[in-house]
Amino acid sequence: MNTYSFTLAGAALVACPSGALWWPDQRVLCVSDLHLGKSDRLRRVGAPSLPPYETRDTLFRLEHDIHECDPRTVVCLGDSFDDQDAEKSLAPEERTWILRLQAGRRWVWIQGNHDPGPLDLSGTHLGTLPISPLTFRHIADPKSSGDVSGHYHPKATLNLKGRSLSKPCFLVDSDRLILPAFGTYTGGLDTKSETISSLMRREAVAILTGSKAIAVPMPR
Amino acid sequence: MTPLSPLFQTWLNTKNWSLHPHQQDMLDHAHLASQLLIAPTGAGKTLAGFLPTLMELDTAPRKGLHTLYVSPLKALAADIKRNLTTPIQELGLDIRVEDRTGDTTQTVKKRQRVDPPHILLTTPESLALLMSYEDAPRIFDGLERIIIDEVHALAESKRGDQLFLALSRINALCPNLRRVGLSATVEDPHAIASLMARHPDPCKIHFTPALAPPDIQMLDTQAAPPWAGAGGAHSIPDVLDQIKQHKTTLIFHNTRAQAEIYFHNLWLANDDALPIAIHHGSLDKQQRQRVEDAMTHGALRAIVCTGSLDLGIDWGDVDLVIQIGAPKNVKRLVQRIGRSNHRYNAPSKALIVPANRFEIIECQAALEAVRENALDGDPRAPGPLDVLCQHIVLTACSGAFVADDLFAEITSAGPYHTLARADFDACLDFCTTGGYALQRYDQWHRLIHMGDGTYRLRDPRSAARIRMNAGTIQDTDTLKVRMKRNRGGKPLGEIEEGFAATLTAGDTFLIGGQIVRFEGLREMVVEVSRDATKTPKIATFAGTKFATSTQLCDRVLHNFETQNWGFLPQNTVDWLAKQKEISTLPMAHRLLVETFPRKGRHHLCVYGFAGRNAQQTLGLLLTKQMEEQNLAPLGFVATDYATLIWGLEPIDAPETLLFADTLEQGFENWLMGNAVMKRSFRAVATIAGLIERNLPGLRKSGRQATFSSDILYDTLSKYDPNHILMQITRTEALSGLVDFARIRGMLDRVNGLIEHRTLPHVSPMAAPLFLEVGKVPVEGQAIDRLLHQEAETLMREAGLDF
Repeated sequence: MNTYSFTLAGAALVACPSGALWWPDQRVLCVSDLHLGKSDRLRRVGAPSLPPYETRDTLFRLEHDIHECDPRTVVCLGDSFDDQDAEKSLAPEERTWILRLQAGRRWVWIQGNHDPGPLDLSGTHLGTLPISPLTFRHIADPKSSGDVSGHYHPKATLNLKGRSLSKPCFLVDSDRLILPAFGTYTGGLDTKSETISSLMRREAVAILTGSKAIAVPMPR
Repeated sequence: MTPLSPLFQTWLNTKNWSLHPHQQDMLDHAHLASQLLIAPTGAGKTLAGFLPTLMELDTAPRKGLHTLYVSPLKALAADIKRNLTTPIQELGLDIRVEDRTGDTTQTVKKRQRVDPPHILLTTPESLALLMSYEDAPRIFDGLERIIIDEVHALAESKRGDQLFLALSRINALCPNLRRVGLSATVEDPHAIASLMARHPDPCKIHFTPALAPPDIQMLDTQAAPPWAGAGGAHSIPDVLDQIKQHKTTLIFHNTRAQAEIYFHNLWLANDDALPIAIHHGSLDKQQRQRVEDAMTHGALRAIVCTGSLDLGIDWGDVDLVIQIGAPKNVKRLVQRIGRSNHRYNAPSKALIVPANRFEIIECQAALEAVRENALDGDPRAPGPLDVLCQHIVLTACSGAFVADDLFAEITSAGPYHTLARADFDACLDFCTTGGYALQRYDQWHRLIHMGDGTYRLRDPRSAARIRMNAGTIQDTDTLKVRMKRNRGGKPLGEIEEGFAATLTAGDTFLIGGQIVRFEGLREMVVEVSRDATKTPKIATFAGTKFATSTQLCDRVLHNFETQNWGFLPQNTVDWLAKQKEISTLPMAHRLLVETFPRKGRHHLCVYGFAGRNAQQTLGLLLTKQMEEQNLAPLGFVATDYATLIWGLEPIDAPETLLFADTLEQGFENWLMGNAVMKRSFRAVATIAGLIERNLPGLRKSGRQATFSSDILYDTLSKYDPNHILMQITRTEALSGLVDFARIRGMLDRVNGLIEHRTLPHVSPMAAPLFLEVGKVPVEGQAIDRLLHQEAETLMREAGLDF
């Protein structure tokens, strides 16, 4: 098995090596920070034209996880689009692709800071989604527990006998879970940063993504 | 002959000077469109370059820019400004000289655009930016001459390509522009001339040989050099002796790390407390400045340095140059020797210190080459397309352009005179649409085609953003090193981010000649404290290693074949005789391959003499093939001469591994996923403008918004592998770090003849390879396995389980 199983607030969860979260008991698949249409947004603001393939690459990987798990519900944990206009300028074949993925299941778009307004796409648009004992939202709420969020794009850096290795990761402690960014064109915030280390408890664990999900004590 | 005006003649007379023949020559030909002066250091190149400018401005005083001076170093521009100001004041001329570099303030830069000085001293980067302003035609109006200093150094890098492209633009604005190149001794003056002149203009070359041949020898050390290694620590007592016997000694090293370690050891042995300093590019600017000042005032007896002191800054009283380690390249050695006795007609004095036994042989070959004045150099590839992309976008910043005209202009630049129209069009397409196989978002192109071959920026506001990201110098990502704040926060220098990432609190390392302890990373600054220990725990941070030049490798092989032992010390001659007895000596037209067992492992040694980078690539390719043939390779190590591979299975038929076709095919597959490719891509994509280093106002908060260039590389290789940037990357990697060209050259040289010696034990020549550092493990799944073990240990130690 390349996945890593753990529990949060009593819920048995599985971290997939792709960065997706699988909750078998509820058949919920959750991904965060897809940032679809990023190259499109950057072009509009006068930045160089990045290779316009990130949307299809992200959808391709999402399709793979959906195919593997066959979820009843898919939760996109916010920042699914790089901005509101990125959603409007989806290519027709990409829009159809999303519709195809949505067929036969419940699909929830959680609002993020990049895509705060309602989307034209079908699916439910929510600020937060409670599925007891967990609550899904974009940005972690320090006061809540059983909290599942994204936003920070956490990545962890390990020193392996003189070689440094940095990977996007899940972060989990007894109160919360933070998902890595799933989108192809996304960077990361190191777990050693003040923002992350002040949010997570001392005993937090980082689950590294890649070819295999591997847990280590969260580097600080 | 153009006579000096009475004013200048009188001035020279009061100084008791007369013009050197080449200075007069340059003056006589001052009307030519292009001239190149090749002269050794100290030959008065600066005066030769500027004299016509001073005389013209004296005869016909005027306002506005008359002469541009471009040099590769900011420091050189400042130096020249000092050297020009004195004669201008003494002659009582009304000439304004100013510099414009990355250090010039915005206010001064703005003022210079409105009211340019007579003589502007600048760098290729600053010139390219100046050219990109809308008011460029006004700034350069009336420009008569451009002087390119150290043109040999610029010609070796993309900075030269950038400069010659900028010149093609300026030449279009000022058709009567005259170009003057000043160069140190080079192997092929005509190549430099055709790069710097407007194609196809002729370029007059003035050649001034050194009057006195250099006095250069190998330093006799009391202790013999070690069998392996590159530090040269065995030479410390002898080098200290030399320092005592001379006024000022420059001690050159090939890498910064070696310079640091050597300086540290030299200081420990410096019982007389001689004033000795260290100078290299990773040190903090202020610290470097202090060393340079002390040097100019003659306060130092020795400076341990690297290439950062290679270029022609006038340091005064250096009377000895010591090169530690084989110079790897004859041209560089000659230029370094030229740093001593900075007077034209006095012989330069230099000593060369081989760092290990093999380097004795290489040093001897290098000395022969210096005496025969046989400089090496590989022919230059045509101008790279990433720099061209940058030039196109910068041109658009200055205003709309017509594609046909721009193409004509660009092909007048030496490095681009063979540029194919199709390549130009591909670059233009990249700048306009991104050049992707998948085309959409038509309204958001960076450049807009207005229909009649005219292009302009879609959004004029993006010009600021483009200028901010221009340039061809790649900062390897470095982090500043500072003393921890409560102890003063003194800046010490920079280390590479990759090295910093491997440090854990308490690790000690050398920087600026002192041992410091790593305390932690704070807002992208490495914080350290002083440490009293004598030996650093981690010896070094990474540095570039040059590969030995083809010419030097060939010379070594030739010496083997003719058994020309010259002045080799007896211990080295004995070593080579033993090698001949047990195995054989490497040859130019046969590839020597040895196989032998040692300590339960089977070894394969390939003496390719193709230079470090190529031998390293060869190691990667051979071990990959061995994996496929189940020969279970465990690792390898590469030097400039040989690759040593070890594994679990005996290699009976090494010649089957060395087929050119098989190697080439393996190479194609291997290359795409290679880290070297990703590194090259990053440089190419940054120069071409796909990756922005600087975003206005986004520096700090933007950290999670920016993502690694590796992602772009992976995306392109998956969805658009023939994209123009991928093509440029391939070309670069092949000739650069991967250096497959030299593997191919080696295979051509031996033409299938492989001399395989099966030995009962290690050969004398292979033995030192076992001591080499930088062994490369063959990983397969090893990194995953390592990670897994490490993770389990960490979780167990922390008592964690979720």
